[in-house]
Amino acid sequence: MSLAVPAAQAVELPPPLQRRWSRGRLLGHALLGIWGLLGLALVVYLVGAWKAELFARYAPAYLSGLVVTLELVGISVALGALLSLPVAFARMSPRRLLSWPAYGYVYFFRGTPLLAQAFLVYYGLGQFRPQLEAVGLWGFFREAWWCAILAFTLNTAAYQAEIVRGAVESVPRGQWEGAASLGLRRWLTFRKIIAPQALIVALRPYGNEIILMIKGSAIVAIITVYDLMGETRRAFSRTFDFQTYIWAAIIYLVLVEVLRIATDRIERSITRHLRR
Amino acid sequence: MLELLSFGPAGWGDEIARGTLVTVALALATLPLGLVAGFAVALGKQSEEASLRAAANVYTTIFRGLPELLTLFLVYFGAQIAVQRVAALVGIESGVEINSFAAGMVALGAVFSSYASEVFLSAFRAIPHGQYEGGHALGLSRWQTMRLVVLPQLVRIALPGLSNLWLILLKDTALVSVIGLSDIIRQTGIAARVTRQAFLFFGVACLVYLALAILSSFAFAAIERWAGRREGAR
Repeated sequence: MSLAVPAAQAVELPPPLQRRWSRGRLLGHALLGIWGLLGLALVVYLVGAWKAELFARYAPAYLSGLVVTLELVGISVALGALLSLPVAFARMSPRRLLSWPAYGYVYFFRGTPLLAQAFLVYYGLGQFRPQLEAVGLWGFFREAWWCAILAFTLNTAAYQAEIVRGAVESVPRGQWEGAASLGLRRWLTFRKIIAPQALIVALRPYGNEIILMIKGSAIVAIITVYDLMGETRRAFSRTFDFQTYIWAAIIYLVLVEVLRIATDRIERSITRHLRR
Repeated sequence: MLELLSFGPAGWGDEIARGTLVTVALALATLPLGLVAGFAVALGKQSEEASLRAAANVYTTIFRGLPELLTLFLVYFGAQIAVQRVAALVGIESGVEINSFAAGMVALGAVFSSYASEVFLSAFRAIPHGQYEGGHALGLSRWQTMRLVVLPQLVRIALPGLSNLWLILLKDTALVSVIGLSDIIRQTGIAARVTRQAFLFFGVACLVYLALAILSSFAFAAIERWAGRREGAR
């Protein structure tokens, strides 16, 4: 008697896929292991270096620094958004008298370091103290805080103007022409037809710009504004404890990641109608 | 005023020129480091191996999320403390100072490479799969396919993004003045303090950066023409 299974039933399964330890897989796991070890070392270091009095002394300072950073970025991004609109429209204008100065403005602020701009405003304008006092503006330019706001606003306005321009120009001409043939005015066309479509394109760059501003804002610590970075520097210079910088790094990373995830979420929800 | 900017003992022209050289040298020294690291990270990100992708993503998340200034401080002070610890272990009392140029190179290189990896990654995605298959069909090894088929196209696609990153790098070098490197900002800062002409000197600093940006855009236009030369011949 034969135990052989009829040939038709003998289904030949493909051999189970062997997950071989290829070189890439080895390398990937090794690198992940290194990251894991580094993370573990960081936790061990922070636990070992934990000092209750240090925390009690500097946690409020860090918190106030974080608030200063957020205020600085919030105010200058909002003011910059207002300022960027006329700049962007001037830049798109066919009239050279408008477009060239706008181009120069954008080129200057995008082509020079934010640090140099902050110095130019804070130290540079301080040189004109008698003149500023005569105009009554010295109270403004004396404060590093307001100088930082001014420099950051001018800087982000230049970047945002380019975002606006790119977004508006990404909307096809036919949209303008269609609206014109329906008898809509230009401003109404912009507000109701162009802007909603441009905003979808602009959202991600805007999110990136806010992240860049948060990171860039760390330089105000150099012109004596006590933002998160400033408080960190102060804490380090008093304690010479390296964990002060580690904590700042963690706070900045969390802040930036939260913003990035928020941008992703918003983008997903406003492009719902484009997904199939 | 022109006297202040003149070369020689009376003016600050030579100091500023030296600062400019330091800035350019730092940016040029960081560039190859950042490009190579960025390419390696991009290779990891487009790998089929999930663990490699994850490892590469951790790298970019960290260095794109930290402020450049903080990265610089972490590298500078971190290395200093590490060296002191090691020296103490060996038993040497050392007041070793970390070279600020090297610290700047490492910190800016890390930032540059994490952004560059994104540029390379999107360039990789723009190259059709058929290019790899074509290389394979011709009997080229994987390395040869990468070097002879993919890389020349990749460079062409990635160039605009990389030129952007170069301009950002050039501006980020200004931060290294904070840890004591005598770059443009530091030199003009000294001049500003000594002469009390802050507006003039920081204005000059801005103009020097602008000039460097304009020069680089000429250079990039030339490189793009060179990289696209075979494109036009078709």
